[in-house]
Amino acid sequence: MIGSKALVTALEREGVEYVFGLPGGANLPIYDALVDANFRHVLVRHEQSASHMADGYARIKRKAGVCFATSGPGATNIITGLATAYADSSPVLAVTGQVAVAMIGKDAFQETDIIGVANPCTKYSFQPRSARDIPETVKKAFYIAESGRPGPVLIDIPKDVQQASAEMTFPDLIKVRGYSPIVDPDLSQLGKAAEILLTAQRPIIMSGGGVILSGAFSELQALAELLMAPVVTTFKGKGSFPENHALAMGPIGMHGHAEANKMILEADCILAVGARFSDRSVGRYDEFGRGMNIIHLDVDPAEIGKNKLVDVAVIGDVKSSLRTLFKMLSKAIIKKDLDNPWLKRRKELIDYYSETIKDYSRELTARKALKKLREILPSESIVTTEVGQCQMWASLHFDVISPGTFFSSTGLGTMGFGFPASIGAKAARPEVSVVDIAGDGSFNMTENSLAVSVLDELPVIVFLMNNYMLGMVAQWQRAFYNRRYMGVHQHNCPDYVKIAQAYGAEGIKVQSLPELEQAIRSALKMEVATVIDISIDPEEDVYPFVVPGTGLKDMVTGS
Amino acid sequence: MTGADGSTAYVERTSDGEKFQGWHILSALLENKPGVLFRVTNLFRARNFNIESITVGSTEKTDLSRMTITFNGDERTLDQLVKQLRKLIDVVEVKVLDTNRTVYRELALIKMKAAEPTARMEIVNFASIFRANILDIGNDTITVELTGTPDKIDAFKRLVEHFGILQLARTGVSALSRGGEL
Repeated sequence: MIGSKALVTALEREGVEYVFGLPGGANLPIYDALVDANFRHVLVRHEQSASHMADGYARIKRKAGVCFATSGPGATNIITGLATAYADSSPVLAVTGQVAVAMIGKDAFQETDIIGVANPCTKYSFQPRSARDIPETVKKAFYIAESGRPGPVLIDIPKDVQQASAEMTFPDLIKVRGYSPIVDPDLSQLGKAAEILLTAQRPIIMSGGGVILSGAFSELQALAELLMAPVVTTFKGKGSFPENHALAMGPIGMHGHAEANKMILEADCILAVGARFSDRSVGRYDEFGRGMNIIHLDVDPAEIGKNKLVDVAVIGDVKSSLRTLFKMLSKAIIKKDLDNPWLKRRKELIDYYSETIKDYSRELTARKALKKLREILPSESIVTTEVGQCQMWASLHFDVISPGTFFSSTGLGTMGFGFPASIGAKAARPEVSVVDIAGDGSFNMTENSLAVSVLDELPVIVFLMNNYMLGMVAQWQRAFYNRRYMGVHQHNCPDYVKIAQAYGAEGIKVQSLPELEQAIRSALKMEVATVIDISIDPEEDVYPFVVPGTGLKDMVTGS
Repeated sequence: MTGADGSTAYVERTSDGEKFQGWHILSALLENKPGVLFRVTNLFRARNFNIESITVGSTEKTDLSRMTITFNGDERTLDQLVKQLRKLIDVVEVKVLDTNRTVYRELALIKMKAAEPTARMEIVNFASIFRANILDIGNDTITVELTGTPDKIDAFKRLVEHFGILQLARTGVSALSRGGEL
């Protein structure tokens, strides 16, 4: 069997359904082997989108998503996608072609040291030098990508290795010396955590992306209800807890919910679950959590003490940690009253801020548009976002009800991520509607994926809040640079309805709320990708705002 | 503190870990294959770890290399350094060595100006006191080889500095734990 055939066979054995990619000189043998593969290949129009599609697929399927690219520019084009997946701990497997072994290091045509380039943004990378190594390499790549704290893995295969014949054995089990993710939490550490939680008067749960990666939704909810602890999330953790729940408070952070930012400051104990205390979530590290007990549950030992020193740390799969913690506490806790002062405070803060933070008076604002979308969209639909104001508005004004149905490029903040990722998500779960909450600046970056959505019949809805502006940058220029705008205007270009139509997709222009309602309803029935182009005011800002370098207490509400 | 036994202990919030500066020796076993050194050094750069010395070489097992790292810093940074190293797939084991229960040595080659007979005599004397070997004598230079702890090499260097050091090469520290401890 030749190397490229071994690659395809190994992918089939892993149960791969989709590969997103684009061929070129150095991966032609792989594309030849793809002709007989039992999984689908989706041809992208730019490799960056292939990596985002694989990422979107992975986040919904909770299994590795696969993308292919050729050597050199093909390989460098997926780096943004790998860095995005790395920042958000998403299991993406990238397979790149490489020039023949004898040509490596000679600056050959389309040669890039992609192992070197990808090093800081991959969990691991392989460059098999012999065809015989390919089956084991693929097995290891899936294992590393999907286990422990997930992350992207790269396999770079020289062209002659793809073509070489060898006797192949496909292992069912492999071991990687030097890699053994800790799964089972330490019971004595959990005991200490339980003790603190038992004495806490004002406990709060801060739920992060780890809860989604681990699928620990019911465990989290059970513990929250047992403790009667309000639940705030990080932005990555948005949708790890139903946002219409009586304990939910939404995301904290730079553009977090005001009541969540306020509530966490008043807590006496923070239970951080699968969260990494990022600057965007907690503001200043030194200020955050001062005078409170912090308990940190995480699967990655390196996250303990990286950004924030904590009182008790429990390393392990958070699902398992939460389950054990629940068992330890359920014997000791008598069901608390919904009427206790701490939960009354939650209600008080929510009421206060819903009064204080006013929407703009225009008929169609981002907030009103997103509330309308929530009203109409079935709760099991998958929602992703682009990056910028649209993303923060989604965080603020779109409540995720069904856990695990929301994701976004939270760590890297990659513009152009949402649309291709939503196509990947549709591939992972074709039976539900998928919506990309978009802004024009981001959508513009990868809009050529409309071709993929149409041709491969992976229809999604692009909910395009269009101010023809790089809105978040414009907001910062308004706030910090005395309205000296530079490089933010898109000058009514392009016409997104025509763009959609040019690719054979639907485009609907919307100027009012009733038009929006109608557009959403008809898009949900559509069997083709639909771009809903919603005109919003370029001066609409995102509030609340915790200015960089300040703490959550310094939050500006904009009213 | 990070347990040398590979336990998952951590710097506690109540500790003075951030303030306590110290000199540390780490010993790591790495997969002996191409690209591993790059991954480790790239980690140091990417995460802002300021390393004092690194040595890498073969071990008793052909498929493993041993890397010895010395580093000045607080306990919290040390803790992160250990954890980030352990996170690398090609790093099989990382230990923080207790300097009191460790033998560690560094080798230095020092080429000095030595044209005057008195200077030559003096250098030979110092070398013998420090158990250094004279490797090369030219018309105006002497090159010595000195093995010892970094402190000893520093001391010798200070002593001979006034002769004029023309070239100096230090290997960085190699270390093993004392007794039967592995």
